[in-house]
Amino acid sequence: MKQFSYIRAEDVAGAVAALAADPQAKLLAGGTNLVDLMKYDVMSPATVIDINRLPLKDIETLEDGSLRIGALVSNAALAYDPVIIERFPLLASAVLAGASPQLRNAATTGGNLLQRTRCYYFYDPASPCNKREPGSGCGAIGGVNRIHAILGTSASCIATHPSDMCVALAALDAVVEVEGPDGRRDISFLDFHRLPGDEPQHDNTLAPNEMVVALRLSPDHFAANHSYLKIRDRLSYAFALVSVAAAIDMKDGEIVDIRVALGGVAHKPWRDPLAEAECAGKPANEATFRQLAQRLLAGAKGQGGNDFKIPMAERTIIRALTQAASGTPQVQSEKAIR
Amino acid sequence: MLQADAERMAIPIVITLNGRQEQLNVAPWVTLLDLLRGPMELPGTKKGCDHGQCGACTVLIDGQRVNSCLKLAVTLDGAEITTIEGLGQPGNLHPLQQAFVDHDAYQCGYCTPGQICSAAGLMSEGHAHSREEIRELMSGNLCRCGAYTNIADAIEQVMGQTSKDFKEAAE
Repeated sequence: MKQFSYIRAEDVAGAVAALAADPQAKLLAGGTNLVDLMKYDVMSPATVIDINRLPLKDIETLEDGSLRIGALVSNAALAYDPVIIERFPLLASAVLAGASPQLRNAATTGGNLLQRTRCYYFYDPASPCNKREPGSGCGAIGGVNRIHAILGTSASCIATHPSDMCVALAALDAVVEVEGPDGRRDISFLDFHRLPGDEPQHDNTLAPNEMVVALRLSPDHFAANHSYLKIRDRLSYAFALVSVAAAIDMKDGEIVDIRVALGGVAHKPWRDPLAEAECAGKPANEATFRQLAQRLLAGAKGQGGNDFKIPMAERTIIRALTQAASGTPQVQSEKAIR
Repeated sequence: MLQADAERMAIPIVITLNGRQEQLNVAPWVTLLDLLRGPMELPGTKKGCDHGQCGACTVLIDGQRVNSCLKLAVTLDGAEITTIEGLGQPGNLHPLQQAFVDHDAYQCGYCTPGQICSAAGLMSEGHAHSREEIRELMSGNLCRCGAYTNIADAIEQVMGQTSKDFKEAAE
């Protein structure tokens, strides 16, 4: 790890001021991704701003019934929070599908949004990578790309966003509260992460002098019919090859509202709200789910090593929606997929 | 890194380590793992992958199990840290340590301190109510000798002794 200067922020204003003074500085929360990347010299900030003392560790219910989750709430505290389990079980399940208990104790909500791709070329400073070093090329295109994206790729980058939590947050239309020198603003979740285009160095739309302070979830959604289904190379503690956050509002077997977000397949959690809207009024059955899956994957393109993800994603979407419709969500400690 | 830089940039912290208060000066880039194994002379905590993937470095910070390789010591001012040395000692073993011996829950033993600290964290979290859940919630600790079955046996035994709920759920 390269040497760096350390600043301990005591409040949000202090952290924002320190970041405004040096937008190249990095905020340190749980450290589970940043410290790792610093050990590999993939990220070498000259200044690290420790934000662990900031009062952003609460989950609160707001007057309108929406829920506000502080950026420093740990993954474990989030997943086991009684209100989250009762009202947003899809989110609790997705969090428990990711990482290990030790990592979930340290990792934070804000940090989860900002974690970097696990593309092995990004992690290897000896390889070309447009995300790590713009203009250097992409080792994954034409290289080993089993874990890479099938949707929304560009000629510069085929990396995926590695989060499970964010896939559920995309399905639930969360709002990201950020603060910068000019005050607070909201970013809708689908606008937070971005596609690589020709600037894959930018994972998201957060300005360099802004920080994530909280997430908001609108009042109760999809607590009855949901499932987070994650397909991976080993049964625990591995990143998704394909994951699906599925949620349905149903009435008499008919779809009122349906959400499908995909993980492991793109540079951001993938959704197609237009295709979802067209399902309204249709029966919540396999034919509808298959149609929706095919719409979502219409533009999918394999890179050679990851061609298998296209049929796998279709089957996973159908299975997750079937689990959601029948009210039998995937349980993360239960390894059989039913 | 140069020793002179480390000393120039060192930041004072106070931690409680295995029940004893320690006033330290640490350079910002020193991980808790390196602090424990180096200056603190507590080599029970093991360095495996050094990247948060194997769990060999698991310790308890304020009662919660975490990977000490990914925690910068400088961020832990005021924290209470328990390592395997603080859980038990020869002649006064923690029930989990005794159960690992009884169940032969290791071969080479390198992952064992991390497994035991992780199991201690698992028990205080209280989210494991079946063998399947123990396996899932111990997935952050790899054992390349493959002693998983015996590790689960050891943990199951201690949980059965200490938690009536767990016993009932297991029956």
